[in-house]
Amino acid sequence: MLRILHDTKYDFIRHWKKAAVITIAWIIVGLGFLAIHGINYSIEFTGGTLMQVTFKHPPHIDDIRATVDAAGYPNSEITKFGSDTEYTVRAQPHASANSTAGDSTGTYIQKALQQKYGNDVTVGRSEFVGPRVGAELRTKAAVAVLISFIVTLIYLAVRFEWRFGLAAVIATAHDVLTTLAFLAMLRLEVSLTVVAAILTVIGYSLNDTIIIFDRVRENLRKQRKESLYDVLNRSINETLPRSVLTHATTLAATLALLFFAGEVIRPFAWIMAFGIFTGTFSSIYVAGALLLWIERKWPRSASGQGKGTARAMAEERRRSTQESVVASR
Amino acid sequence: MSNLKYRIGAIVALCLLSLWALFPRNVKVQQRGADGILRDTIQRHVPLRKGLDLQGGTYLALEVDESKQAIAPDKIPDAIERALKTVRNRIEGIGVSEAVVQTQGKDRIVVQIPGIQDPERARQIIKDQAFLEFRITDKTQALERVLPRLDQVIRDKGLAAPTTTASAPTKPAASKGLQGLLTGTDTVKTDTSKAARKDSTKTDTAAAVIPTTGGPFSSLIQQSPGGMPGEYLVDSDNALKVESYLALPEIKAAMPPGKQMLPSNDSTVLQSKVYKLFYVVDAKPIVTGESLTDARPNTSPLEGTIVQFTLDNIGGRRFKTETGRHVHDYMAIVLDGRVMGRPPIIQSAIGTSGQITMGQGRDIRDAQDLALVLRAGALPVPLRVAETRTIGPSLGQDSINKGFRAGAIAVVLVVVIMLFYYKFSGVLAVGGLALYVLYTLAILAGFDAVLTLPGLAGFVLSIGIAVDANVLIFERIREELDRGKTVRTAIDEGFRHAMPAIIDSNVSTILTAAVLYQYGTGPVKGFAVTLIAGIVASLVTSIFVVRTFYMIWLQRSRGAQTLSI
Repeated sequence: MLRILHDTKYDFIRHWKKAAVITIAWIIVGLGFLAIHGINYSIEFTGGTLMQVTFKHPPHIDDIRATVDAAGYPNSEITKFGSDTEYTVRAQPHASANSTAGDSTGTYIQKALQQKYGNDVTVGRSEFVGPRVGAELRTKAAVAVLISFIVTLIYLAVRFEWRFGLAAVIATAHDVLTTLAFLAMLRLEVSLTVVAAILTVIGYSLNDTIIIFDRVRENLRKQRKESLYDVLNRSINETLPRSVLTHATTLAATLALLFFAGEVIRPFAWIMAFGIFTGTFSSIYVAGALLLWIERKWPRSASGQGKGTARAMAEERRRSTQESVVASR
Repeated sequence: MSNLKYRIGAIVALCLLSLWALFPRNVKVQQRGADGILRDTIQRHVPLRKGLDLQGGTYLALEVDESKQAIAPDKIPDAIERALKTVRNRIEGIGVSEAVVQTQGKDRIVVQIPGIQDPERARQIIKDQAFLEFRITDKTQALERVLPRLDQVIRDKGLAAPTTTASAPTKPAASKGLQGLLTGTDTVKTDTSKAARKDSTKTDTAAAVIPTTGGPFSSLIQQSPGGMPGEYLVDSDNALKVESYLALPEIKAAMPPGKQMLPSNDSTVLQSKVYKLFYVVDAKPIVTGESLTDARPNTSPLEGTIVQFTLDNIGGRRFKTETGRHVHDYMAIVLDGRVMGRPPIIQSAIGTSGQITMGQGRDIRDAQDLALVLRAGALPVPLRVAETRTIGPSLGQDSINKGFRAGAIAVVLVVVIMLFYYKFSGVLAVGGLALYVLYTLAILAGFDAVLTLPGLAGFVLSIGIAVDANVLIFERIREELDRGKTVRTAIDEGFRHAMPAIIDSNVSTILTAAVLYQYGTGPVKGFAVTLIAGIVASLVTSIFVVRTFYMIWLQRSRGAQTLSI
């Protein structure tokens, strides 16, 4: 039997203060990036035109810019896309143009480029999004995430206990923040695919948290004479081999996407790769530490509904407070 | 034993069902043809159609253009529903098969055309409202009397200020370019250069005109010398400015009662200057395109490209009485608020057929397109393009190749990790993984899901996540073995104890995915479907299939003392 990290006894929770400092610093730096550069929304959200153009020979980026400028789109963003011969052009319609002309932007730019480069240039893809669609998408994505949080909270409250639910949801919200910080630092473009990636990270991290909480629930039912602190540590250690293996296979799939699936998928893969780390981190430090904190803040009454978990945890709390009193002496 | 038989039977049945779901087949569909009659048509149903981003094609989302016509918000869904039919007819008219035309939400129409060669043409055909009207031109010089009032409106709005004249030049340039693009590719070169030149000189001419004659509006227009009543000339450089003035609600209100001033698609040359024509016409049409039954493109040596049309009986009768009353008047043929050609004089009462002159040198294809949109019917509301996406076929193929390569590599890596770590049990998990792939694809086919690039990425990722349930179970079995349990009990207990964690984590993910499906749009929705299919398949394979594999193994090895895990 090949075993990794079998029967470990690391004290994970002890480091929660350090972990909190690191993650808060990370989020603040990320928010700083956001404050300076703003969110780099894709045209799906801002509206506008995006074209992916392939050249036979590597062109000079200034030439492309000059051509697009001359076509009447002076503030366009021209970026290299993967290889030397692939570029994306992102343009906004004329401010003066009437509302229906925006969708022709791509055609104008295409004609201008073909005039300059002849058959050396092909337009692989051209997308136009009107301004209203973008604004609508932004609210819809946010609403979807919020509702999924609420649904999760309710489910976990029913299956576990509201304290577990709250800890898990806050941990997941933390993942959203760190991931946003990450994409701000990499200056990744926020597209619908990236939103999907963030949602996957949410699901993945929640999964991880629930696996650990399930262990906590189980260990609490066994009514060992252990504090919640120890139960948490034990549960994390017991699920460690599973965590390592699942993260390994997920990371393998993510890296395959990152390196082999091409430029369009790359932002998705980057976020997922980061998500594996932040998901693992938050399950241990954020969710675990929070559960401990919530339990101290809002201890439940011993005369609970007679649920195994509740009773065990109530006894637990009494014991742990006694212990902490002893410790403080 | 019999329990095991049922289990194996269930797995085989699921596999067969999946294979059936994934096989292309012919299905009979009732479909309304272009003539509006329902017919049984045999369609090739290919499960897991490739999305446009993978096979190349054009995606268009259309919404009501409120800037052109006021419409109450509660009327939009109904209007969209009616517009859908027209759009569908038009798309069928250009002869693209496999196009998907459907509503999205309440206020949007989505058109997906795989592998179209000329997206610009399709877009134009869909967008044209094709609202045809016949209106009598004004012969009472009504406009002259209100000109001071119109000037006053423009002055009040502060539109005559130099800032507007300075910003105006870009407009003609843009529209010129557009005109060039629509009429043919060869003219583009000259058009854009002309546009560029105009940009530099335009401001001077516009500035020169304004002070010489009266008000800001009246200075721009002049009555056509020797022309028909109600015809006005506008320097082609100023045409768009006049059009934008005419679109102002205040100007519309200040017009003579029952009259409207409309631009024409025609122009004339006077003293080597190009003038656009504008017409003052009755606001109320005598007949509209609703009465039109047929329209055919044609060419005539005298008038160039034309579209001949036929009206139905009711329309024809009305047309006859109205034209009979207006003999010797001029009748403007108005399409989407633009007068087509110079209004012809009414010689005598006209019956059920007539023609629209498009002018010399116009491509016959323009006439074909116009005839098509007239036949397909007018859109009940003007539409505007909210979103387009055009993907070239080679880029799509490239995405597929890369996606499959990444998927293959991911599978190999996951298989290696599982085999390396769990040895024999890893083999069972890999067997489960193979069925996972089959089941997931089958469920996606059952949802009639379209395979897109983000979907493909999500699927590749799910392969990495799918083994999680197996890992949870295997780790539990190991723990039970550590406690000195026999192989058989360890497996039983392992599955039993891993269950709550598997259920809770997967159910919460399914709930999240369901919310995304409900509230998400487009790609997010597709992603949610992939997620749900993956979770369901993963639950079935890890809990049921791999368990059965273990049972088979236990049966065969007859009380094995050790388990390779």
